[in-house]
Amino acid sequence: MESLSFEYRGGRPLPSAPPVTLVGVVGSGNLEVMVEPADLGGVCRIEVLTAAVGFGPIWQAVMDDVFARHPVADVRISINDVGATPAVVSLRLDQALDAFTGGQP
Amino acid sequence: MRDWNSQGRNREARLARTASLARGKRVPAADARALLEAVLEPGDRVCLEGNNQKQADFLASALASVDPAKVHGLHMVQSVLALPEHLDLFERGIATKLDFSFSGPQGGRLAKLVGDGKISIGAIHTYLELFGRYFVDLTPQVSLVAAQAADADGNLYTGPNTEDTPVIVEATAFKRGIVIAQVNELVDHVPRVDIPGGWVDFVIQSPRPHFIEPLFTRDPAQISEVQVLMAMMAIKGIYAEYEVNRLNHGIGFDTAAIELLLPTYADSLGLKGKIGRHWALNPHPALIPAIEAGFVESVHSFGSELGMEDYIRARPDVFFTGPDGSLRSNRALCQAAGHYACDLFIGSTLQVDLAGNSSTATLGRIAGFGGAPNMGADARGRRHASPSWLKAGREAGEGRNTIPRGRKLVVQMVETFREHMQPAFVERLDAWELAESAGMELPPVMIYGDDVSHILTEEGIANLLLCRTDEEREQAIRGVAGYTPVGLKRDRRMVENLRDRGVIRRPEDLGIDKRLATRDLLAARSIKDLVRASGGLYDPPKRFRNW
Repeated sequence: MESLSFEYRGGRPLPSAPPVTLVGVVGSGNLEVMVEPADLGGVCRIEVLTAAVGFGPIWQAVMDDVFARHPVADVRISINDVGATPAVVSLRLDQALDAFTGGQP
Repeated sequence: MRDWNSQGRNREARLARTASLARGKRVPAADARALLEAVLEPGDRVCLEGNNQKQADFLASALASVDPAKVHGLHMVQSVLALPEHLDLFERGIATKLDFSFSGPQGGRLAKLVGDGKISIGAIHTYLELFGRYFVDLTPQVSLVAAQAADADGNLYTGPNTEDTPVIVEATAFKRGIVIAQVNELVDHVPRVDIPGGWVDFVIQSPRPHFIEPLFTRDPAQISEVQVLMAMMAIKGIYAEYEVNRLNHGIGFDTAAIELLLPTYADSLGLKGKIGRHWALNPHPALIPAIEAGFVESVHSFGSELGMEDYIRARPDVFFTGPDGSLRSNRALCQAAGHYACDLFIGSTLQVDLAGNSSTATLGRIAGFGGAPNMGADARGRRHASPSWLKAGREAGEGRNTIPRGRKLVVQMVETFREHMQPAFVERLDAWELAESAGMELPPVMIYGDDVSHILTEEGIANLLLCRTDEEREQAIRGVAGYTPVGLKRDRRMVENLRDRGVIRRPEDLGIDKRLATRDLLAARSIKDLVRASGGLYDPPKRFRNW
């Protein structure tokens, strides 16, 4: 297992704190994503626990694009990955963040 | 004075050697090997019927057991190498030369035998090429085929899996070759005549029914959300925009997802009756919900699919069936139909390079082609127009001073990473290395880049018809190649420019709500759902049942 952490600044805070959003099931799907409001001083923090070691740069690129699509602040995203491809990671994050922000960009 | 009938005299000599073995056309199974040793001559071109689905497996094992001192140096000309016996022939020296199309399950062993010098490959063909050569320079002297039943006159009933049998028998019988059929049963009257008895020389009742592989059954339970997203893009970004009504789907979960989204997503877009009406396709179980929903008007098939017999029988308006009610398939005719009469081919692949060439070749395996290249190629001989063909042709010709002409839609649908993080986009296809190691004249390319019209990944659709330079084409491909090394090396400014021009389109550009891309959108989420959708008529093989 490898632990990765990414932090992004400059996102927009949400008007009101939405409830925790959980997407995906480990085992059946291969990826679990949890999005929750957190007092992080304006930062969006993404924490990844992944079964595949050595793909840090790809995760970095995927997360950069996710944050560009969903610039949120004071949000913690936890990812538990059991060998998902970047396609699955991107889609699940888009779905989770869309659900979390209620479709607001 | 030249003998103008040497082939006829040779045929008579062969038949004379079998006099003690046959009663009429019937030969007992115990004498199968003796019959083959009597009929065959060293160096003969032999077609041992191997299809995608149906196998002449009893005759294959009989041929593999002949005495190599009597029968050797055979030149095998068959579409598919599926059984171990197909290669045992070469290991035992019974055969030495091979012209074929597809060897999926035996690809690894084939590569090894080629490496050991046991097999000399003439060429790896597409189906239509090999069938074409049966009538030009690869006509079989002896053909060994499989059917469901025969009567005393040798009339054959193939049942739903007719597949290659007609083309093989026609080429052989009308050039004074010998046709030997293995059948599951001997009957007084066949339910319908698929092969006339006059074209068949010997019939052997096999001790067990011939083998059939359910090659085209895909369990909806294994379709991923990314595949659902890609299927949504195919339907909204290609099928709807080009009004695709006549089409062929490749094998795989990507296209099964499209089939299962017709009654749900496509219907919600108001596309019923506007897309997906006529198909050149095996009877995919995944198509059942779309048929039941009224999307599908007709399906012509290369072969049948195990378990679909009763469903097909109950839907004769949709399928091609005989007076007996069962499916009549025909690989050669369906391949021709797919090439000339379909407006779209969409299929998966393993690797795509920067020019859009795609290949399923991997090192250490000679797997061949099968039907995809005939389906997935612009039919340059085509002349009849249709809305999708004209639109694709307009896009390809825009700004060029050329005479108006249509284009086939050839779509490669691929997730940017395969299992174990293998990138689907590469600078150089593995096919090059395979060609070098196996001494092939050409790298085995499944679909040539200049035939590909669109590349569809989870990141978007690249419309290669709209690319005007090699550089644009390369960037359009990099622009949908995701986080693969090829994708990461994109020129971001140029890719954004291509997106502005509609050469690259993202799901959001197509108005696709990614939140809908879940398995809930599939019209069936399991094999059991397919059985239910068929009203209990679909009877899946055991290995697909988990209840």
